[in-house]
Amino acid sequence: MSTAARAYGVIAEFDNTADVLHAAEKVRDAGFRKWDVYMPFPIHGMDKAMGLKNSKVGWFSFIGGVTGYTTGMLMIWWMNAVDYPIVVGGKPMFSPYGAFPPSYELTILFGAFGALFGMLFLNRLPRLHHPLLKHKRFALATHDKFFVVIETADPKYSETETRKLLEAAGSTRIEMVEE
Amino acid sequence: MSEAATTQIAVPVPPKELERIPLVQNNRSFGWISDRVSAVTEGKTPKWWWAAFIPSVTLLGLLGAMLFYQITTGVGVWGNQHPTMWGWDIINFVWWIGIGHAGTLISAILFLLRQRWRTAVNRAAEAMTIFAVMCAGIYPAMHVGRVWFDWWLFPIPTYQGVWPQFRSPLMWDVFAVSTYFTVSVLFWYVGLVPDLATMRDRAKTRIKQFVYGLFALGWTGSNRNWSNYEKAYLILAGLSTPLVLSVHSIVSLDFAVSQLPGWHTTIFPPYFVAGAVFSGFGMVLTLLIPLRSMCHLEDIITMRHIDVMCKVTLATGCIVSYAYLMEFIIAWYSGSAMERFHFMNRALGPMWWGWFWMMFCNMIIPQLFWFKKVRQNLVFVFILSIFVNIGMWFERFVIVVVGLYREFLPSSWDYYKPTWVDICTYLGTFGLFFTMFLLFMRFLPMIAVSEVKGVTAQADPHHPAARGNGGKH
Repeated sequence: MSTAARAYGVIAEFDNTADVLHAAEKVRDAGFRKWDVYMPFPIHGMDKAMGLKNSKVGWFSFIGGVTGYTTGMLMIWWMNAVDYPIVVGGKPMFSPYGAFPPSYELTILFGAFGALFGMLFLNRLPRLHHPLLKHKRFALATHDKFFVVIETADPKYSETETRKLLEAAGSTRIEMVEE
Repeated sequence: MSEAATTQIAVPVPPKELERIPLVQNNRSFGWISDRVSAVTEGKTPKWWWAAFIPSVTLLGLLGAMLFYQITTGVGVWGNQHPTMWGWDIINFVWWIGIGHAGTLISAILFLLRQRWRTAVNRAAEAMTIFAVMCAGIYPAMHVGRVWFDWWLFPIPTYQGVWPQFRSPLMWDVFAVSTYFTVSVLFWYVGLVPDLATMRDRAKTRIKQFVYGLFALGWTGSNRNWSNYEKAYLILAGLSTPLVLSVHSIVSLDFAVSQLPGWHTTIFPPYFVAGAVFSGFGMVLTLLIPLRSMCHLEDIITMRHIDVMCKVTLATGCIVSYAYLMEFIIAWYSGSAMERFHFMNRALGPMWWGWFWMMFCNMIIPQLFWFKKVRQNLVFVFILSIFVNIGMWFERFVIVVVGLYREFLPSSWDYYKPTWVDICTYLGTFGLFFTMFLLFMRFLPMIAVSEVKGVTAQADPHHPAARGNGGKH
């Protein structure tokens, strides 16, 4: 560990999904707040093991969808019935039935944008740099290893106790990560 | 716990009849999956890739030349002539966009239905969707004649102050197809982000690290991120499902909202959607059967996957067959002389061969998929999948051309023939499609790596295999 760089946190490596899931439960029960589990694919039950609440992405998507539908209906009404009305085949200037298909598509379009940008916003992505991405073992987090990282910024963090906890949880390799 | 990798752990064996065929064969490890899929994008470009790429680019050049000729000369270079004012342009538009539908069906509907086998094929199928929609989009943009006014299709203010006419289904189509393309790209890209991070972390050169890293958006695989990511993915699947059903319904409304016999029918939306999925699965099989052996992906795209896709093709083929026959009954039952004439003309008129090929390829040929022996024979499945593609092209030919060439006024009747420009433009769209697809498979992971890892036995923390850090390397 270099003395010049500040420590970002302690990183514990795990070989399989069962071990990392139980380790996450232990870290959660120990009351840590600033920590995370890194893995190549989502493990079923990890949200519960970490004590995470349901994701809020749905709200962004819902707001997007409502905006899309309203935009579609108002746009078509204003364009075809207010700003430049043209009679076509004796049909009404505005009818919710004719306006429905484009509004429906806009609901989906804006809802999808809501889901995407909501997800990126909640995840604070894109980000060009992350202390973990410099760590040489961490590249395996997108390959076949699982990592539990507890940040030094966590109020419960203690250099010896935290390491002991992770060792007890069955980690195969525990290291410090620099800022 | 590295010893665990070598020790055998007693796994309770379920009774034989309850055993499920694993989605990834030979009990492969997580690392093997990323290595094998990334291998397609790494290392020396294989010879067969060049052998496929060079003709594709040549055809793409042909497309460029044909479009240039058409734009500079006019739509008269196509075979569209009164009364057949929609010809190969609209046939090929509907054909390509239909092919796209299997990608969204696999990625969205099968996701909601928890069909976990989809993970092996969804990435390639979604890419196929995007490229097929690109090919489709060319036709409506070009057939308006003066392509430099295409922007009038969108609600953008023009100097005349006129707005697009939203009472027309053609406007609905603009919104449906452009939304479909955008959402398909979003869905595909969101699925790619974790795999792009894998590519970034494997990359050996600076350029690769930078480019993959840029598009991976700084993904770390943190569970707090996965939690939001999975929710967003679920929502995108939930939004894409009504989207895919609506897109081909709206394409069918381009026909059904008109007053023409053979077009003015309420059976069109469900029948078009089923046909789209049918043709799309045909194309997925056509693409993946050679690719799985060329790229050595037999353990990921297994015979079970092929088998299931054949069954979907059979099921949707039966739905379209039902629709083909039901259309005749509707025409007879309607009592309308025009409807009855149209359907007699469809089967027995001068263009009977279009109807014959449609019925042969879409109704009779897929029945072979009832036999397990056929579904297990890759050569057979590949040939049948091409028949499906041909049959669905003829279905659109029957609807578009046969629907138009004998209109209400017999003095206007005329036979339809495509010109060489029609044929070369169509061949050119294959160039665009295959060029894009080959570039995709060479530079991006063509299998959803993180998703396939997630459906293996050792990914389930409660499965005995999880403890073993299992699998062969």
